[in-house]
Amino acid sequence: MVTPLIELDDLGVTFGKRAILKNLNGSVKGRAIGLLGPNGAGKTTLIHTLLGFHPPSAGTARILGHDIAENTKSLRAAVGYMPERDSFVAKMSCVHFVRLMAELSGIPSEAALERAHEALFYVGLGEARYRSVDTYSLGMKQLAKLAQAIVHGPRLLILDEPTNGLDPPTRARMINLIKGIRDGGRARILLSSHLLRDVEECCDEILVLKDGRIAANCNLDEERKANRKFIELETRGGDRAEFAEAIGRLGCEYALSGERHIKLVMGEEIEISDLYRLAFERQIQIRRLNYKRDSLEDIFLKAMEEEETGATRGGNGNGRL
Amino acid sequence: MAVFENAYKGYEGGLTPQWSRFLVLPRYSLREVFKSKLFTALFCLCFIYPLVAAILVYLHHNANAIQLLQINVRELLPINASFFLYFVQFQGWCAFLLTVIVAPPLVSRDLANNALPLYLYRPFSRAEYVLGKMSVIVVLLSLITWVPGVLLFFLQAYLEGAGWLWRNLWMVGAIFTGSIIWIVLLALLALAISALVKWRVVASGALLGLFFVPSALGGIVNGLFQTRVGHLISPAALITNVWRGLFGHYVREVDRYTTDGIRGRGLVEVVLLEPPLWACWLMIALACLVCLWLLARKVRAYEVVK
Repeated sequence: MVTPLIELDDLGVTFGKRAILKNLNGSVKGRAIGLLGPNGAGKTTLIHTLLGFHPPSAGTARILGHDIAENTKSLRAAVGYMPERDSFVAKMSCVHFVRLMAELSGIPSEAALERAHEALFYVGLGEARYRSVDTYSLGMKQLAKLAQAIVHGPRLLILDEPTNGLDPPTRARMINLIKGIRDGGRARILLSSHLLRDVEECCDEILVLKDGRIAANCNLDEERKANRKFIELETRGGDRAEFAEAIGRLGCEYALSGERHIKLVMGEEIEISDLYRLAFERQIQIRRLNYKRDSLEDIFLKAMEEEETGATRGGNGNGRL
Repeated sequence: MAVFENAYKGYEGGLTPQWSRFLVLPRYSLREVFKSKLFTALFCLCFIYPLVAAILVYLHHNANAIQLLQINVRELLPINASFFLYFVQFQGWCAFLLTVIVAPPLVSRDLANNALPLYLYRPFSRAEYVLGKMSVIVVLLSLITWVPGVLLFFLQAYLEGAGWLWRNLWMVGAIFTGSIIWIVLLALLALAISALVKWRVVASGALLGLFFVPSALGGIVNGLFQTRVGHLISPAALITNVWRGLFGHYVREVDRYTTDGIRGRGLVEVVLLEPPLWACWLMIALACLVCLWLLARKVRAYEVVK
């Protein structure tokens, strides 16, 4: 059984009299979790609380099974964090900066130097590693932050807006690095971003926050599977109308569209292979078959709307958990 | 993760002991500090007085050298508590100058560049961070204060003999305690100020100001009210009293004179009393506590704005 990456147990955080996170409950298990939400939703506060920067005012949370209040040191040894804002040690070459960070995580000096070089080559800063971080461009600073986050080999990598301010090639590079780490299977990822495209590309599970509450928590793959019912076919040859009627007899709703397209809603027990069988029997070529599914944007907007209309499933402000 | 593999790989090797991690900071910081030629030159200059003092000690015990240089031994400074008190005072002020140069960037740069979250999300606490940064100052200042002071004492003891050593062994404690108190006070003040202002140049100026402005204010209070209570707000006067106390040179009554009373009420006897020693110690302890409180408030991964 997969260890839950994060378990939230009635977690609340208050600054002064203002509640920022309100009794969050639930758990996430995916390899890469996307943390979404509008500005001020509490994403960064949740990350900071998980890292122990802010004490919870109520409840607790567990990361990889460790309670954030009790096993602070062992927990922190297992975490890598890339902050949102520019963060670096000034007047220091990048390789020394990353080595310092590795040593602070407990890696002996020589091994730390070796890993610093490797981490910088891995993120693509190998050639610039002896330059002072102060002189780096924004994209390079983001990559340096990623290097310091992975240098000690964490099991959980927390990335706060990793593609902020990056140009398209650097963004693509960052996304590829994140996907590489995810697919390597040695570290799980918590990615906070307001860019849905980044989350969609990298994550298999999402947690949507709004006003300090969980508005939605879903597995993207399952969500996509659930939306595989809408299909659009492009056909060639044969009798399209007869083919459509045959599909209708299977139990699908259908509509002819244009000269070559058929739109249909699949029945409960109908498989795609049934469509191909019908097409073969009627000598019709299926040139294209498109699933119409909810995009992450649809899921996100739906969660926001549900929150606004007070129609949150669960009734206690904890969304779908 | 080997370079040629170019893939993410976890770390499976051994780890350093938790207690030793704070020592990583001084190692890196000292390397940075000695990159500055100005600092290195000043640091070397700080050893001139210990060298001169060592020569004096040597001359006291070398008749041939005295004869050669045609010096009257009575003209040389006597090697006693006053000699070591003056040594501690002189080196103490050198330490202050070094602190003004070296201490402010230690914390202010990290705060200005948001580096604290990177330190503090690791198994590395705020206390370890402050301890690590403080140890940079402690190491540097120790090298120019109590370390040469104690070496000088043992040089004198070696040349003078065991009797002198046992009679004056208490001075080792005075040299060490007097220097360490000063070093800790300087380190805490410098770190607290730089954490507060987050700007190296301003922090250096503020540190200088913190020593000279209260001293000036204390002087005004003393002059206006014909007292010495103003010394309680002057770090320089406080530490001088503490040093004198440690070396047995503290005198409470510094002056006694008569003056005209107000509105012709005749002559009034004025007795100028230094603040009691316990009050000097208390003020230094209070200053340290305030600095620790400031550091506890400012050295955080993120400041919460309420």
